[in-house]
Order: sequence, then C-alpha cells, then structure tokens
Amino acid sequence: MKSVPDLVAGGIFVLIGGAFVVGSLSYELGTPLRMGPGAFPLLVGAIVAALGLAIAVKGLVAGEVAEFGPIPWRAIAAIVAALLFFGFTVRGLGFVPTSAVTALLTTLASKRVRLLAALAVTGGLTVAATLIFVVGLQLRIPLFGPWLGL
Amino acid sequence: MDLLDNLALGFSTALLLENVVYCFIGVLLGTMVGVLPGIGPTATVAMLLPITFNFEPVTALIMLAGIYYGAQYGGSTTAILINLPGESSAAVTALDGHEMARQGRAGAALAAAAIGSFVAGTVATVVLAVAAPPLARVALQFGPAEYFSLVLFGLIVSIALARGSTLKALAMIALGVLLGTVGQDLYTGEPRFTFDQRELYGGIDFVSVAVGMFGVAEILRNLENEAGRTALVSTVRNLWPTREDRRRIVAPIARGTVLGSALGVLPGGGHVLASFTSYAVEKRVSKRQQEFGHGAIEGVAGPESANNAAAQTSFIPLLTLGLPAHPVMALMVGAFIVHGITPGPNVIADEPALFWGLIASMWIGNVLLVLLNLPLIGIWVRMLRIPYQVLFPMIILFAAIGTYSLGFNAFDVYAIVFFGLLGYVLIKCGCEPAPLLLGFVLGPLIEENLRRAMIISRGDATVFLTRPLSAVLLALAAGALVLAVLPAIRKRREVVFTEDD
Repeated sequence: MKSVPDLVAGGIFVLIGGAFVVGSLSYELGTPLRMGPGAFPLLVGAIVAALGLAIAVKGLVAGEVAEFGPIPWRAIAAIVAALLFFGFTVRGLGFVPTSAVTALLTTLASKRVRLLAALAVTGGLTVAATLIFVVGLQLRIPLFGPWLGL
Repeated sequence: MDLLDNLALGFSTALLLENVVYCFIGVLLGTMVGVLPGIGPTATVAMLLPITFNFEPVTALIMLAGIYYGAQYGGSTTAILINLPGESSAAVTALDGHEMARQGRAGAALAAAAIGSFVAGTVATVVLAVAAPPLARVALQFGPAEYFSLVLFGLIVSIALARGSTLKALAMIALGVLLGTVGQDLYTGEPRFTFDQRELYGGIDFVSVAVGMFGVAEILRNLENEAGRTALVSTVRNLWPTREDRRRIVAPIARGTVLGSALGVLPGGGHVLASFTSYAVEKRVSKRQQEFGHGAIEGVAGPESANNAAAQTSFIPLLTLGLPAHPVMALMVGAFIVHGITPGPNVIADEPALFWGLIASMWIGNVLLVLLNLPLIGIWVRMLRIPYQVLFPMIILFAAIGTYSLGFNAFDVYAIVFFGLLGYVLIKCGCEPAPLLLGFVLGPLIEENLRRAMIISRGDATVFLTRPLSAVLLALAAGALVLAVLPAIRKRREVVFTEDD
C-alpha cells in the first residue's frame, strides 16, 4: 500500500462508474444508428471505472507515499447538520428561525468557537440574510413558518 | 465600419443604468471574493445564479462576468498584502508583490497591478470584439460530428493546462459527464438514474454541484488547519508609482497583455498559465534578474496584465463556441441556457445586443475596477481582518438560501451536502473539482452531438475521422493528451504550477 489517496480516489471512480454501468443496462441500449438512453452512460461509466482502476493500480505500483492529513470531523458534522437542518425546516419554521439555527450550527464547526462570538455571528448573519434575501431580493419565503403557530 | 456600429450597440446596452449598476455590483462582489481567501468566484457565482434568473439575460451575464474578472483584480490585492493569493492566478503576483509590500512599497505594487490590469483589460476587450465574430462564422459551419470533437478537444486541453495528475483529471471529467446523464433522456424522455425522485427528472442542478464542490468542500478544507491570519501591511501609502517605476512597467505591461490575450483563448485556465509564463518571460528579458523574487515591479506588472488580459479573452471560446474555459464560465453556460439562449456561434447573430453589451460592459467594468481598487484600497485592507469564523458561516448560510431559492425545494440543499462531501473526499485524494464541473456542463452536449452525428452518418462511427475539421480537432485532442502525459513536459508543468497553492 503506497498511496492511500490514490487507492481511495480509484475506488470511488470504480464504484460510481460501475454503478452507472449496471444502471444503464436496465435501459435500452439501441443500435449504433439509434443509440438508446442506456448507451452513452454505459460507455462513459465504463471509462470512469477503467480510469479509476488505472489510478488505483498506479497508486499501488508507483504512487508516492502520501498521507491523508487531518480530517476535520467536527467541521464535517456541524456543517452537514446545519445544511440538513436548513433543508428540513425552512418550510416549516420560516426564514428567520431556520437561518439563525443554521448559522449557529455552522459556527460550531470551528474548534476556536466562543459562545459570545458565535451568538454575535448568528445574530448578524440572520439580520443580514433577511435584509438581503427577503427584503432586498424579495425571495418568497415566509419569515416565520406554520410550525410556530404564528 | 461594422466593428464601430457593433461597439456602439454594445455601449448603448451596457450603459443602461440598470446594467451599469449590476456591472458595478458584479465587480464589487468579485473584488470582495477575490480579496478574501477561502471563497472563490466559482462558489460566489453559483450561489448568486438562482437570484439572477429573474434578471434580463444581458444584465445577469454582465453581473456574472463582472464577478469573474473582478475576482482576478481582488486576488492580486491579497497576494501583495498578505502573501496569500485569493485566486490561483495571483500566486505569481505574491512572489514580488509581497516582497515590495514588505519593503514599504505596497502602494506602488498595487498601482502597477491595477494599471497593468486596466491596460490589459482594455486591449483584450478590443481583441475579443475583433476576433469573436470571424470565429463564430467558422463555428456556424459545424455539424454534430465537429461539435462532438470540439467539445472533446476543449475538455482535454483543459486538463493539459491543469495541474496535478492527468489520470485523475481525466477521471474527473468523465465523472462529470457521467453525472450529467442523470435525468430524462433527450431523445426518448426516459428518466435515467433518477430513483423515482421527481427532483432528478430535470437532471442534477449544476448550481448544487458547483456550490457543493467549490463552496462546501473548500470550507471543509480550510477548517483542517485553523491558523490565525495576520495582516502584515496595515496602511498603504504612496499609491502613485514613481517616475522610475512608471518607466519600468511599460514594457512588461505590453508584453503581458499580448501574452495573456493569446493564452486566454485556450480552453481551461489559460489565465493561470498566462501569468506564470509572463513572469518567466519578464525574468528572462530583465537586466535586473537578481531583483526578481526580491521586489521587482516588473514581476508584478507583467503577470497581472497577462492574467487580466487572459481573463477577458477567455470569453472568446465561450461566446463563439459555447466552450467554457473556467468553472465560472461553465456556470455562465448554465445561465445562458436558463435564459433560453444556447451559448455558441448563434449568440452573436441572434442576440447582438446581449453579445456586444457583454463585451462593452467588460470595459466599463475595468474602469469601475480601477476606481474601486485604487482609491478604496483602505476598505479592502480592512476586509482582510474579517476572521474566518465569521466568513464561513456566512458562506454556508448563503449557499443554503441560494440553492433553496433555485426551486424552493429542500432537495437542492441536500444535493450540496452530497456534492460537498464527495468533493471534499476527492480533493483530499488529489482530484481537482474544476474538470468535473466542466465535464458536467458539457456532458449533455457531447451526448447529444454524438447521437445526432451517428444518426446522420447512419451508424457509421468513422464519420468523426472522415470529416476533416472533426479529424483535426480529434488529432489535436490526442496530441494534447500525449503532451500532458509525457514525463518531460509533466516535469515542466509541475515547476510551473508548484507555486500554485
């Protein structure tokens, strides 16, 4: 095992390419004259998988020893949670509460977050986002949603 | 004269109050994201795209283009002041520009960059106006076979100019093309890879892909190492360059402009190549080679001019062939399509006001940029003090709101989570996201033209080789691929791009 990143990258390409190849077989392939919906994805999926294989093999044989480096688990968790929360609640809670919680969750991504600063950022961003998107750009999202019973 | 008539039409469009205002907003935003490290023009344009869908097409494109070349200006400010290039092409500027700032000559460096950029931008706008119509006329002769080969050529050349592993870049392009096949089939209307999700019938939205890969993934990368940023230079004095400085920057600006205008036409990040090449040229022809790397003003003026000229002329392939040279332009292709315009040779004939208005707006934008960047430099310096802990929540929140407003659909927000994570893992593995976005936008074009060409040729695949233009383009693509793989050239590329981080 020489280059872990090469192997991971190759694996991802093989996996996605392969999945598309398998998926495209369930669509009509057609003839060269009239290519069906499955033909092009089949071709490109196979190319992706082949390139992925080549990357993985190259990583095994001639890859430079490379480390992944630190992975910011905390940031990943906080940002994913913030975005999922936004998608999940924007309709129900409305623009203002959803933006505030999303901003607050996002500030937690930084290891150097302090409570007061996080609250200040949350407040500032919520006001700014409301002014820019709802007041300025007239985005049609209710400020407060039906879940709040207002 | 035709050209003058066309330019008059362009200026009368671009000078409409609304268009000037949005041009200003565009270059202002562009300068801002160029100055701020950690957010690039691609993520910005992607986030703002949904908002521009209600604008007049020409207004939307003027603003988006402004963000793109405005970011090139802003990037150099950060490079000079804190040695952190906001945009990859500004990396060269940091070499001598930051050295000058440390010697207390930040003002002269900023002025040289701004003046060079302005001159280059002006010349390149004229080049664009002169070169685009004939090229579009050639492109109008293209049939599906030629188009297929052209798009393939564009994609391959964009790898040859990118950095990092050729194999990975190829795989990223192919993956982008593959993701582009999701959605209803063009010919039969059969939904492909949609898992019965209504939201996927129209295909994956390119805004989600771009915001995820360039916005979310980039933030995750920046949060790996949270080191405090220090602004070294707090005040900038003596903006006007001395007589000696002025004498020294004339030739580099001229050379940089010519170089940049030529290289910018290449598909795929020609502006990065242009600034590196210009630096190498200036260093070679200079009588004061020992000064390079220690604050030579030529090393700022040349690359900055080249970079800006290239940023301008890279609109040539976009406007004449529909080939984007940069991820931002890939997004602009999307903007064209949303407004019901197919980017390509027809734009110039069908939408003359849009075409010439966009070109004229670039010159206006360049004037605005000089006004924004030189007298207001103090504001930009202060902006550099904004801590990242404020910046990244803002980007995430605006990204969520922007993508949600695409269709008031939570699905698009979940899509940026998916592409953010996928993009982050791929970036960690050494795969750059730009080729994927280019492939994603151009993929449907490749498929459409491939299938149409096959129908016209009655299923004979040799049509791509028997039609001369198509064959030439394919041969050029193959050549570019060989060049990118050959070890000798690889080594040179690595040297050129090592400073690119």
